[in-house]
Amino acid sequence: MTSPVATPTSAPMAELVQETMALTRRLFLQLQRRPSTLVAGVLQPLIWLVLFGALFSRAPEGLLPGGISYGRFLGAGVIVFTAFSAALNAGLPVMFDREFGFLNRLLVAPLRSRSSIVLASVIYITTLSLIQSLAIMATAALLGYGWPGMAGLGLVLITLLLLVFAVTALSLGLAFALPGHIELIAVIFVFNLPLLFASTALAPLSFMPPWLGWLAALNPLTFAIEPIRAAYAGPLDLSVVLLDAPYGPVSGYVCLLVLMLLTVGLFLLIRPLLNRKLS
Amino acid sequence: MPLLELAHLQKSYGPVKALEDLSLEVPEGCLYGLLGPNGAGKTTTLRILATLLAPDQGTVEVAGIDALQDPRSVRCLMGYVAQEVAIDKILTGRELLQLQGDLYHLQPANRDKRMEELIALLGMQDWIDRRCGTYSGGMRRRLDLASGLLHRPQLLVLDEPTVGLDIESRGAIWQVLRELVQQGTSVLLSSHYLEEVEALADRMAIIDAGRVIAEGTPDELKQRLGGDRVTLRVREFSDQLEAERLQRLLQPVEGVLQIVVNRAQGYSLNLVVEGDQVLQRLRQQLDQAGLPVFALAQSRPSLDDVYLQATGRTLMDAELAVAGQRDTKQERKQSMR
Repeated sequence: MTSPVATPTSAPMAELVQETMALTRRLFLQLQRRPSTLVAGVLQPLIWLVLFGALFSRAPEGLLPGGISYGRFLGAGVIVFTAFSAALNAGLPVMFDREFGFLNRLLVAPLRSRSSIVLASVIYITTLSLIQSLAIMATAALLGYGWPGMAGLGLVLITLLLLVFAVTALSLGLAFALPGHIELIAVIFVFNLPLLFASTALAPLSFMPPWLGWLAALNPLTFAIEPIRAAYAGPLDLSVVLLDAPYGPVSGYVCLLVLMLLTVGLFLLIRPLLNRKLS
Repeated sequence: MPLLELAHLQKSYGPVKALEDLSLEVPEGCLYGLLGPNGAGKTTTLRILATLLAPDQGTVEVAGIDALQDPRSVRCLMGYVAQEVAIDKILTGRELLQLQGDLYHLQPANRDKRMEELIALLGMQDWIDRRCGTYSGGMRRRLDLASGLLHRPQLLVLDEPTVGLDIESRGAIWQVLRELVQQGTSVLLSSHYLEEVEALADRMAIIDAGRVIAEGTPDELKQRLGGDRVTLRVREFSDQLEAERLQRLLQPVEGVLQIVVNRAQGYSLNLVVEGDQVLQRLRQQLDQAGLPVFALAQSRPSLDDVYLQATGRTLMDAELAVAGQRDTKQERKQSMR
């Protein structure tokens, strides 16, 4: 006679941790054996940093606000772009699991909570994007574009985390809303670069025509770029106005608040969708 | 009380009715076979049972637990081996089993011990540490069977477990299933192979067009038919016209109960006969009409005859009828979340 090994009544928290760890481990094993995502995610922004930095290296002094060099200006934009691109891809593994039926294998199992599937993706993509961003920050430092102090580094990480959570939520939502990976890749492709250009990553607001200035001042990337740029610039003060937006001045606190609201809002927005698809 | 009770299941995909009104009871400790052609509703039934799909109507109870109300408890009791084996090609078989064990919340020590047992049982030692992407169909199916058995389910559900497999893998899987039932696990499997159900099943149901059309032990089903079976061919390949003429000619012969034209086998005639010397009388009748006899054989009824009797067509005919009609894209969409 067989006796069930699985005991459905054991500690819920321990079970949640066990299943989340196992699902996260799978994603990292995939990354370890197929590191091209990691490498490409660092290479692309690196090329931006080197090429764009060189392109404007002879720009007249004092052209940029605060009189900083273009390389220093660009650094913050490329760091944010790195984290953003990585997080935008968060939905891809989930989409492939949907398409190949691996998700069904997970749903047949008595998971304590199906949020563990989402949680594993968030843990994985957050770690990946932070590693990539740190690699870019190190390279920028080597190129002489500076390094934030300890407090500055803390601010950079918090800002990146908020942005990564928000974008991951968006990407996971898309991964469940769209019919297949072709569509998901198309959406990622269409939005990736325009969001970069319509932000303050490559040029300050003062360089832009009014309509683009409006776009950039509403773009979530801008709200991540400005605090990081401030963290690189020197003494940390979040109450200082970082962005002279067409609709009014924006301080560092406002930037972080906007990112936080965006994250919370997006997770609330995708919740019903995830509940339906994972029920 | 039966271990599994499905009552009045209905399920439609848009305008297509997959399950018309399906009821089924699987007693504890038995190997139960669901026989039916592709498109009969077997996979839909098993997906509902596996809590992947909600029926439009009807109830599902496993060991007294309502699967629609409390799917998590049912998932703990059940192992499910799907037809399309979804596998992570980058992981090794062992890593996949570990993942599966963690999703069923086995204690690590327990999980690893159980894995070793199953690796030995299914003969996976030589390749379990290779990546799944390199596995053959038979290896994948064995791995999937192992992952379905990892948590020692009370009920193991398999959707077409040996379709497309080589004979050796098929034999290995049959052997494991027989041993499982001997040790007290209940098994429910679907198949469109007659010989598989015949070889394995203690009880069976024939499914056609979303309902159960016959149920019992394979022997019961055959005996219920009554009579012997005679296959007649006047030439190797006949045509419909000739077959129907023969049907009319032989119908009045004493002892002939029924004649069905078997289109799938070159318009041979399948006769149900009773009593002695029917063959002799058939020969006489054919002689008088001046017709040759290419083949004439008498046998006990088979499961194919059971199917033929219940649906008016052979299983192979039914398979041919749906072949090429399947919309695999649509089916994949249905199974996608």
